Amino acid sequence: MPELNLVQAINQALAQEMERDERVVVLGEDVGLNGGVFRVTEGLQAKFGRERVVDTPLAESGIIGASIGLAMADMRPVPEIQFEGFLGPAYDQLVNHAARFRTRTRGAITIPMTVRVPVGGGIHAPELHSDSPEAIYSHSPGLKVLMPSTPYDAKGMLLAAIRDPDPCIFFEPKRVYRSFKEEVPEGDYEVPIGQAKVVSEGDDITVVTWGAPVFQCLAAMDELPDDVSVELIDLRTIYPMDTDTIIESVRKTGRCVVVHEAPRTAGMGAEIATVIQEACFLHLEAPVQRVTGFDTVMPYYKLELDYLPESPRIVQAVRECLAY
Amino acid sequence: MSQATTSEPAAGKRPSDGLSDETLLKWLYDMQLIREFETRTMQAYQQAKIGGFCHIYSGQEACAVGTIGSVEHDDPVVTAYRDHGHALARGMDPKACMAEMFGKITGCAKGKGGSMHMFDKPNHLYGGHGIVGAQTPLGAGLAFATKYEREVLKTTDKKRVCLCYLGDGALNQGAFHEAQNLAGLFSLPVIYIVENNGYSMGTSIARGTTMPDQLTLKAKGYGIEGLEIDGMSVLDVYDKFKPFADACRDEQRPGFVDLKTYRYQGHSMSDPQKYRTKDEVEEFKNRDSIANLVDHLMNKRECLSEDEWTEMQKEIRERVKEAVKFAEESDAPGVEEELYSDVMVNPSKNMSPIGKYIEGAKNPLL
Ligand SMILES: Cc1ncc(C[n+]2csc(CCOP(=O)(O)OP(=O)(O)O)c2C)c(N)n1
Ligand SMILES: [Mg+2]
Repeated sequence: MPELNLVQAINQALAQEMERDERVVVLGEDVGLNGGVFRVTEGLQAKFGRERVVDTPLAESGIIGASIGLAMADMRPVPEIQFEGFLGPAYDQLVNHAARFRTRTRGAITIPMTVRVPVGGGIHAPELHSDSPEAIYSHSPGLKVLMPSTPYDAKGMLLAAIRDPDPCIFFEPKRVYRSFKEEVPEGDYEVPIGQAKVVSEGDDITVVTWGAPVFQCLAAMDELPDDVSVELIDLRTIYPMDTDTIIESVRKTGRCVVVHEAPRTAGMGAEIATVIQEACFLHLEAPVQRVTGFDTVMPYYKLELDYLPESPRIVQAVRECLAY
Repeated sequence: MSQATTSEPAAGKRPSDGLSDETLLKWLYDMQLIREFETRTMQAYQQAKIGGFCHIYSGQEACAVGTIGSVEHDDPVVTAYRDHGHALARGMDPKACMAEMFGKITGCAKGKGGSMHMFDKPNHLYGGHGIVGAQTPLGAGLAFATKYEREVLKTTDKKRVCLCYLGDGALNQGAFHEAQNLAGLFSLPVIYIVENNGYSMGTSIARGTTMPDQLTLKAKGYGIEGLEIDGMSVLDVYDKFKPFADACRDEQRPGFVDLKTYRYQGHSMSDPQKYRTKDEVEEFKNRDSIANLVDHLMNKRECLSEDEWTEMQKEIRERVKEAVKFAEESDAPGVEEELYSDVMVNPSKNMSPIGKYIEGAKNPLL
């Protein structure tokens, strides 16, 4: 089986789905001729033509708004926004429109649009190019919010998202883009939306995370004593959240640490901790801990790793949670 | 409002003829300072001393220097992320500019912003903005404030005009259209200066916007007078921009300038530049604004000798080297003091691990 990195896996998913379904169109700034800022759409325009891989003007509100229009008319638009910070100008279209059409039309009109967005820090980029806004969009009923952390999941989740009848924001962790390769089946497969993955099974403590911090958590597990048995959960879909997997795990371990890059207040960690206390209260041996970014703007690169939930902070939180 | 209400100067006499040799030599100095600064910036970037994204201004020097040279120091300036040139032309200390990119505490934003976030309030520079087009409504607001100060607060008699720069790509952002309508409707003294270098990242202007050869028509749609200027000659910029800016200031109304220029480098430091030819780049380099001005000063004005030019370049090289050295030797912002500071004035528990709000250090250079 060929080994692909995250960029290649996403590129392959796009190419295969465009091949399979003529209604799939890719649009965005420099996605065609240039192949996208991270080269994720490289080669697609040469293969599928300018009608299907559309270089747009610099206009995020227009890109997302037009994609909604396409989707309303049964097309399958896959717009790219170059960085998560540039979702700002498109926020109105996403939250006030895309998210609400199913409800607004009582199911008559749905928006099968998948917005691809590079996300997160760790690549020495400044604010607006390193943020993690997944909670903002998870707080907007009607949007599905995805963040794969591996090439295998990325391909399967992207195929699932494009085929999904609802609007999906498909966050791609930049830090993982080219960080490693793994085997990715050449054929068609889906990784279902809304299903978390147990990366490693364990009995002592549950660690819940998603996106690039999955690898910081794995690094932290290497630093912990061998007799500490960690159950690591990669959420994969932030919303709708696979609460069953979390609850089942925490009922077993009685302890949980949530790790995310986004600022702490009103981050998804807060939601997860609440779900746990609602469903696992009598199983808990310790308060749920959060290892997150701080309530400050993502700093420029000298302080980047101090902001991000790197493994030493995760190790410390796990130890504290175990010792409680 | 019709086109070209600004009167053309009498034949043979150009506004720049009235400028002193000192002024033009200062402009040459500033343009060369920007060029040298950017050369060193690229080097430092390649040596991984500068992180993030870095947009080089080389080729566009006459735009910032010519337009900023046409207005007063207290006229507000706001721009996008390709901002090192505006910062230097506005008088920012090259040390603070370089240190910012190095992510050092002595940078203009304490090394917490980087290349795209050049702010210098004492020099009336209001950024440095990373979201394309986002600065354009800010320009309208800055202009609104100058008008309010004079007409409502009556704290000054002085008529000011705001210079708001944007790229040709930003023409297509919704925010810019709202800003123009506001400026036109409220007659705000803001000049939207489109530094039209022909490309928005890899998208040539003709692939990105309507009427690429008649951009002033866009402004006309908002009742704003527009003007086209060749941005490769600082004298041409002054000759056309100065009377235009004076009129906008005097009549307290907006303006729009299609300032045709070219960037010599890629969009950012990681751009394979598949979208243009080497010949095209050479064509513009042959019309280089600095070479142009040197030629004028040596051969027409005869106020600059070969030796003096060599000396000036040397002096600038030293100054920029010093800026690099300063940036290198400065401290990185401390985690405890700076990661959690400058967010808002009142404390919030989650801002820092110790749950305390910390007042950041003040930058001695600003
Ligand atoms: C809202 C938003 N969308 C996209 C980007 C990414 N981006 C940065 S610069 C740029 C091109 C802008 O071109 P132009 O306005 O012509 O300015 P120039 O780079 O030529 O100075 C793009 C697409 C951004 N920073 N902000
Ligand atoms: Mg441009």
